[in-house]
Amino acid sequence: MENSRRSFLKVAGITALGLGTKPVLDVFAASGGHGAEPKPEVSKNEKALTAKRWGMVIDTRKFHSKADLEPMIEACHKIHNVPKLTEPRHEIMWLWEDEYKHVFTHIEHELINDRIKHLPFLVLCNHCEKPSCVRVCPTKATFQRDDGIVLMDFHRCIGCRFCMAACPYGSRSFNFRDPRPFIKEQNKEFPTRMKGVVEKCNFCAERLAVGKMPACVEASNGAMTAGDLEDPGSEVRELLRTNYTIRRKPDLGAGPSVYYIV
Amino acid sequence: MNDKNKIIFGLIIFIAIVTFPFLYNLGRASTVPEPKLSEKAKAAKECIKPKEDMKQEHMQILDLWRDTVVRDANRVYKTSKGKTFNMSLSTGEDSCTGCHENKAEFCDKCHNYALVDPYCWDCHIAPEEKKPEEKK
Repeated sequence: MENSRRSFLKVAGITALGLGTKPVLDVFAASGGHGAEPKPEVSKNEKALTAKRWGMVIDTRKFHSKADLEPMIEACHKIHNVPKLTEPRHEIMWLWEDEYKHVFTHIEHELINDRIKHLPFLVLCNHCEKPSCVRVCPTKATFQRDDGIVLMDFHRCIGCRFCMAACPYGSRSFNFRDPRPFIKEQNKEFPTRMKGVVEKCNFCAERLAVGKMPACVEASNGAMTAGDLEDPGSEVRELLRTNYTIRRKPDLGAGPSVYYIV
Repeated sequence: MNDKNKIIFGLIIFIAIVTFPFLYNLGRASTVPEPKLSEKAKAAKECIKPKEDMKQEHMQILDLWRDTVVRDANRVYKTSKGKTFNMSLSTGEDSCTGCHENKAEFCDKCHNYALVDPYCWDCHIAPEEKKPEEKK
């Protein structure tokens, strides 16, 4: 036959194509076939506390001296394995105290009344509505959750400290040294950090997830309140409605979520 | 061609050098270590997935879990058999190390053999090693 080579090639080509599609079909057959076992699921704990936008109200009328603030700071730093470094440049702080003229720089004046002048104020991350730290983070290690909490993914932090430069409240600390030797009692339920990582208050996200209020709120005997700023019926909204409150540097437009009753 | 001897001598040296690492390690190949399960893990019988899957995929699972927990705040994992776990490396009884409480025997054995050095324990606190015999 004069066409034998041509027809042979045709048949060979079609056969090769047929064999080639078999593995592909097998994959489709395998992926469609199962369904007997349910897929694993991830979810939130049923007890988890949720809010549209978390916020905090601190009643400074209930504090009189530094000693009054110690229990909250102690509770926070203890459960989060925050190291106690004495060298001021290396200090790590999630929750700490400062005086009025440093905390409320935009409304401070020299003739302020005596009580306010000498009163220590509790300061922490303000979990801003428009957090500048999140905008500058090059690795998205710092991000804002849907419920307003500004969190850090310590795994991703490369230690560039842009966020520290961006934060108008100085709420962030950098681990210049390995923090482990400076933690007196380790809380095994929470990780420590390593050298070269920035850290800050996390609004006790790990406690909210299991239905507990932030540690400072729990230790404050009612002087601190956390809740949903967008729920008109929440306890924080009630406090904000019935008391005069101020925020730190609101004119910067970051929208801090920590309010102070003075 | 009078360099026959030189060439043969050179070839012998070449072969000796090239085959040295193989000959040196002949018969000394260390066996692949088997991770040892803690009593608790043995009693539980099954992890979140079958053993073979865990062997191959535990690193991807841990990576996925950390994003799920930190970013999406989803912390409870329900397996296809309906068992729930706390999606955490080191927090609580139903976390990874809550069951696999022998880091040296379970994690390090293979990691050392495979020369991988994961940085989990730079931050996460490893479970305390329980000594088989109590020291006074």
